[in-house]
Amino acid sequence: MAPSSPIARLQTIRGVARGGLVTLIFLIGMLVLWEGAKLLGGDPWRFHDAAGNETVYYPPFAWPIASDLSLPHIWKIVDALAAPVQRQQEQTLGAYLFGAALYTGREAVLGFLAGAVLGLALAAVFVHSKLAERAFMPYVVASQTIPILALAPLIAFAFGNGVLGIVMVATYLTFFPVTVAQLRGLTSPDPRALELMQSCAASRWTIFWKLRLPASLPYLFSALKIAATASIVGAIVGEGNPGGSQFGLGRSILNFNEQYASGPEKLWAAILASALLGLVFFLAVRIAELVALRGRPDSTAG
Amino acid sequence: MPDAAVSVQGVSKIFVSADGVQTKALESIHLDILPGEFVSLIGPSGCGKSTLLRLIGDLTLPSTGDITINGKPARQARLDRDYGIVFQAPVLFDWRTVHANVALPLEVKGMARSDRNERVPAMLDLVELRDFAGHYPYQLSGGMQQRVAIARALALEPSILLMDEPFGALDEMTRERMNSEVQRIWERTGTTVIFVTHSIPEAVFLSTRVAVMSARPGKIARVIDIDLPRPRTDDTRESERYFALITEVRETLRGRIGGDGAAGRVASVDRTIAEGAVG
Repeated sequence: MAPSSPIARLQTIRGVARGGLVTLIFLIGMLVLWEGAKLLGGDPWRFHDAAGNETVYYPPFAWPIASDLSLPHIWKIVDALAAPVQRQQEQTLGAYLFGAALYTGREAVLGFLAGAVLGLALAAVFVHSKLAERAFMPYVVASQTIPILALAPLIAFAFGNGVLGIVMVATYLTFFPVTVAQLRGLTSPDPRALELMQSCAASRWTIFWKLRLPASLPYLFSALKIAATASIVGAIVGEGNPGGSQFGLGRSILNFNEQYASGPEKLWAAILASALLGLVFFLAVRIAELVALRGRPDSTAG
Repeated sequence: MPDAAVSVQGVSKIFVSADGVQTKALESIHLDILPGEFVSLIGPSGCGKSTLLRLIGDLTLPSTGDITINGKPARQARLDRDYGIVFQAPVLFDWRTVHANVALPLEVKGMARSDRNERVPAMLDLVELRDFAGHYPYQLSGGMQQRVAIARALALEPSILLMDEPFGALDEMTRERMNSEVQRIWERTGTTVIFVTHSIPEAVFLSTRVAVMSARPGKIARVIDIDLPRPRTDDTRESERYFALITEVRETLRGRIGGDGAAGRVASVDRTIAEGAVG
């Protein structure tokens, strides 16, 4: 019965195991689809044995989307990760991208935190003041209709070409979902729950702290999961700004974009690294959610 | 009445809708309740009985008239934490355990944790849920959840307990068991109880007096003394006096509302009461 009972724990473990298995099967399916497309419509597959003899397989069709330039072989991407990032350099592409992901991840986390705090603060003000909500909410909404590509250079200009400007772009993309969802979360309590608090003479602050905020957490975490991935997009876009950054995934993506014709697998590797970073960040928020919402009836729902 | 626990004097309540239409929910209500009384408010849907309860609890303000609680204005009584309140739904906080839910009003008051940890088990004993202190609300049945809500309402040892159709959502068997339990708690705590209900048997079984209300505008038609001996048991539910009082309350409800001789309206009102429609 209680969530900490051995049976419940076993069910949780089985649930996680099943989830992991489904993810794995899906991943294998994706890889099969990828190489399957190349098998049917890609460029000729060339294999070399130990003696240097070449075996060539010719796919029956020729689809541009499955060519080696559009869709390099998975093992080519893996090989590229282990190869030096540039000629005459010792660092492998994998190590380089790992460093870039850490760099971008740090900016994204800072932007995420700043955006979450800003969103929480705005929602807390709006829930207590209809006037403030009416006055400022239109600007909050309008801010999100401006394309980030137009705004990023302005932010970089205003806050300099350092980390701060990049963090600001990430913040800009994350505060909005948090504001909207948190405002909804803070207003979600049953009116009778508010009356109950009033009947024992609870102050506004107590009502906020003991009722509104805990009631808002499921809404908040939904928004934080969106914000987690948005903050990485923001950091990458911020880095890609002219003069934005010498490091990070955004810079790598731009560099490898220029070198695409000679080495498409490098760009694919950078994209893969970005996706993995987003996934790690998302999972971190999800784990925080499970911890924060433990004991609630639907806390195991995604 | 200076020594009254609750004194309602000439209270009316007019609701104004967004388009300016005025609805008179309550008109010239007079009601004095002595300390330790158990008074039920009963009447058809829309007679304003829940509104009257909310006025007494200072959750809404009267348009005219005065409400005093223990000689104080209702607002002061609320700030002094003289009230406990139980709604039709348990309104438990689903992120808190049973223990933490009952502790909530104590936390709001600023009671130290060590004192809370003494008070809460005593309250859970009162509703016989001590073994469930560590459970979360969703792990309990509807009746158990409502008992947690009662324990929470009593945690601050309020002098006035307001109950707004607390058992309206429960099945008949559970409701009868809960009625016996509320009677036992009321006798042990000596709290003044104001109890809104749609159920005539429930009102008669529990109350020292039943205030029968009529609708449009909401008025107290008559206050009926319930002189059944205590403690009231399952035998009480089968006694002649019990049935006589139920009939008296029912006749009063009919007499007032069916006063214009429209038999159809009487039937429809009776059905409203029987179904326990929300007031």
